[in-house]
Amino acid sequence: MCGIIGVIDRGRQTMDGTAIRRALSMMNERGSGEGAGYVAYGCYPEFKDYFAIHVFFDNIHETKPRVDELLHQWGRVVHDEEIPTSDLPRLRKVHTPWRYFFKPDTRLMPRSTTPAEEIVTELVMRINTSIEGALVFSSGRNLGVFKAAGWPEEVADFYRIEEYQGHCWLAHNRYPTNTPGWWGGAHPFNLLDWSVVHNGEITSYGTNRRYIESFGYKCTMFTDTEVVAYLVDLLVRRHDLPEELAVTALAPPFWDEIDKMEGDRQRLYHALRLTYGSAMMNGPFAIVVADQDTMVAFTDRSKLRPLVGAEHGDRLYVSSEEAAIRAMDPDITNVFMPRAGEPIIGRVVA
Amino acid sequence: MDELVIDAAGMHYTPLNKQIRAAVAAGVKRIRLDNVLGQRFIANGVRGDVAIEIHGVPGGDLGMFMSGPRLEVYGNAEHAPGNTMDEGEIVVHGSAGDAVGHSMRGGRIFVQGPIGYRGGIHMKQYEEKRPVLVIGEYARAFLGEYMAGGTVLVLALHGGPAIAERGLGSGIHGGEIVLRGGIDPQYLGVGAKEIPLSDDDWARVLSLIREFARHFGIDPAPLEKREEYTRIVPASARPFANKYAWE
Repeated sequence: MCGIIGVIDRGRQTMDGTAIRRALSMMNERGSGEGAGYVAYGCYPEFKDYFAIHVFFDNIHETKPRVDELLHQWGRVVHDEEIPTSDLPRLRKVHTPWRYFFKPDTRLMPRSTTPAEEIVTELVMRINTSIEGALVFSSGRNLGVFKAAGWPEEVADFYRIEEYQGHCWLAHNRYPTNTPGWWGGAHPFNLLDWSVVHNGEITSYGTNRRYIESFGYKCTMFTDTEVVAYLVDLLVRRHDLPEELAVTALAPPFWDEIDKMEGDRQRLYHALRLTYGSAMMNGPFAIVVADQDTMVAFTDRSKLRPLVGAEHGDRLYVSSEEAAIRAMDPDITNVFMPRAGEPIIGRVVA
Repeated sequence: MDELVIDAAGMHYTPLNKQIRAAVAAGVKRIRLDNVLGQRFIANGVRGDVAIEIHGVPGGDLGMFMSGPRLEVYGNAEHAPGNTMDEGEIVVHGSAGDAVGHSMRGGRIFVQGPIGYRGGIHMKQYEEKRPVLVIGEYARAFLGEYMAGGTVLVLALHGGPAIAERGLGSGIHGGEIVLRGGIDPQYLGVGAKEIPLSDDDWARVLSLIREFARHFGIDPAPLEKREEYTRIVPASARPFANKYAWE
């Protein structure tokens, strides 16, 4: 059991972190104080063309120089600093969160059609697997993940989340079940522009992990949600699937439902299930994924976790609980519940 | 004492429930909760004769284990209102989330709008205890899953089908699901079968329709056409006998 919430402003108007902090705290019953986190899209307008690389350092004197060196080898860091935090009595700062604003040297990856993204992905995987005491937990442009082991309001206050502005926010309140709670295991999980928050468990994790690792991704965070971020990156960025089809590939209809479909539609669903059989996620889950322009929420195909949507003007909200959305915005109009496996999609139009 | 009014704005459910319990113990018969937002477990385990009006959106497990009280919600309910409730009534002027009436063993729930997935899951009955769940609009998949007793009635007031998703009555081995407007057989779950209503069944359903109409101030007459209703019951008392047991 975890609590998830997301909002996107389709007119790209920004909001600070006050409301989502309040909303997430309403779902404290869904967490255990061992992990919470936020992601804000559009929070670094002054560095919007640079990849904002957020790193947890165990020890900045020993491990940071190795990360610095790697980044300088692959591109240019225009600015870096410790992420500002507040001292809180109940949140022990076991890692030092740091941020780099980084531009990769695309000449170093001449064969790729998306060289900047390839370099950053490679660096994230390399740092997380080979530099002990350093963990990259956020690597997109003009976005930032802020997470730690603690209650939602503690993590928000620790990172001073109210000082950030974003046109899209996701947040998560964790109740760790299969692996211990730790900073890297808190959500959101991020790679490049993709961020994921997740309630439930991916029981197909083993299959999904073997599949995704065959494409060069490396799972380092001891939790199932990580594969979702990589699967979305693979299907949408690298395979160029529209978000709707990517969701269908990850949470497809049952075979008996596909058998009842007609003509082209049946052929399409057949092809998706056959092509992406190892990407299909089993188990109970509700997931929200976002990038710069889109927020997508969906549940497993048997609907074993809650998901509610609501709208107010340009704003689209999704959450585990309607009350959390109302805590963010008391003036929401239509409240709705999506069908199992059917995505709720919000896209910016501005 | 007349009505006790509690402003629940920003209040955690523990002090809220303590106040409710203290009031019921002191003999208060009517309570109104204002500005409710997300507080779980309201009236959890409360016994006795008290009417609680809830203004706002209460959190999950509303009225869980309660025995006797009447809750009337002016707003939507979240997951599992009436979870394992024993006696009493919950009336929701809005929608409700997943697992409405989860494991209910007695009492009645009336929801004006739609409900989420797995409504009436594990409802049961014993002797005079017969739980009832009436849904005004529609229900999502797996309605009445593993149902062992009681009555679920879906009125399809929104104009569409009462249910058009898989697993209706999946694993049902007791109780009944009555639908207005019929069911596409492809949505029947394992162990569920469709049969017409007998005269006794219709008398029981008719009284529930009228009760629903009274709660929400609507005219029951257009809903009183017996031929529009169908009844889903267990195909056998042990739908999974071959799956989990070898004899």
